[in-house]
Amino acid sequence: MALKASELKVGDTYSERLVEDLKRTQIVMYAGASGDYNPVHTDEVFTTEVAGYPSVFAHGMLTMGMTGKMLTNYVGDGRLTEYGVRFTNQVFPGDTLDATATVSAVQDGIVELQISTVNQDGAEVLKGDAKARVD
Amino acid sequence: MAIEKFPVEASHIMMFARSVGDGNPIYHDAEYAKETEPGGVIAPPTFAQASAQFDPTYGLRPKIDGDGWFGSGGKPTGTKPRPSSGGSSGGGGGGGGGLHAEQRFIYHRHLKPGDVLTSTNKPGKTWEKQGRRSGKLVFSESITEYRDQDGELVVTAIGVGVRTERPVDQG
Repeated sequence: MALKASELKVGDTYSERLVEDLKRTQIVMYAGASGDYNPVHTDEVFTTEVAGYPSVFAHGMLTMGMTGKMLTNYVGDGRLTEYGVRFTNQVFPGDTLDATATVSAVQDGIVELQISTVNQDGAEVLKGDAKARVD
Repeated sequence: MAIEKFPVEASHIMMFARSVGDGNPIYHDAEYAKETEPGGVIAPPTFAQASAQFDPTYGLRPKIDGDGWFGSGGKPTGTKPRPSSGGSSGGGGGGGGGLHAEQRFIYHRHLKPGDVLTSTNKPGKTWEKQGRRSGKLVFSESITEYRDQDGELVVTAIGVGVRTERPVDQG
């Protein structure tokens, strides 16, 4: 399950599709689980007529959470020591997201990863980095 | 804001993992998890964000005994959420106002059911930038430290919220 330092090299990549045709229902689920009930994520009427956006949009933290699934599938459960991201574009219902981790360093039992999540148009919606313990 | 009690519960972890589309049994199946390296159910990497549920001052949760519900009701205007002070999540505020720009977690260990956490929050840096798509941007960082029932630091969370002059232009 866990990665082996001896088998990793800088430039290695791991990718996963996070979601296809993101549904409003999933955004609602995330609102309920996380406790972030900002109506711009779930209330189409409020968001289009009051907030001034074309549609509700996903919580940045939903994208970070989905990208986290790719990361833990790659590095193994309980192995992450740090995970940080910037939200670079909004994610809307209907989006299909793919995430990639690229090895940028391996030393002292830690792998460092650069992370990028892109939408169906190739636009980056999340950019980040992570560190994980390796064997 | 400070959270006095954030009980980490198995069903909350299960619901959170579902919502991010992660069916890994380590988040919901104790029998399975027993045989894994962590030795039990753990929380997914971004779960500390759900501490917002236990933050009494969190601005993005309607207060059933306070200002009432927000969002649209019979009319599209409804009530806007109170602007968030950043709070425990460092997240954004109401529509057209604040958005979540960055988030980082440092794991001293991973959270598990049965943990009872407290958190303290302090402001970090603030900075401004002129954005092409949303006017002047004001960024503010907040640093949250989560400690467990033994007082040990378990997760450090660094959030950056951004206030925009106007909603982000699309395209």
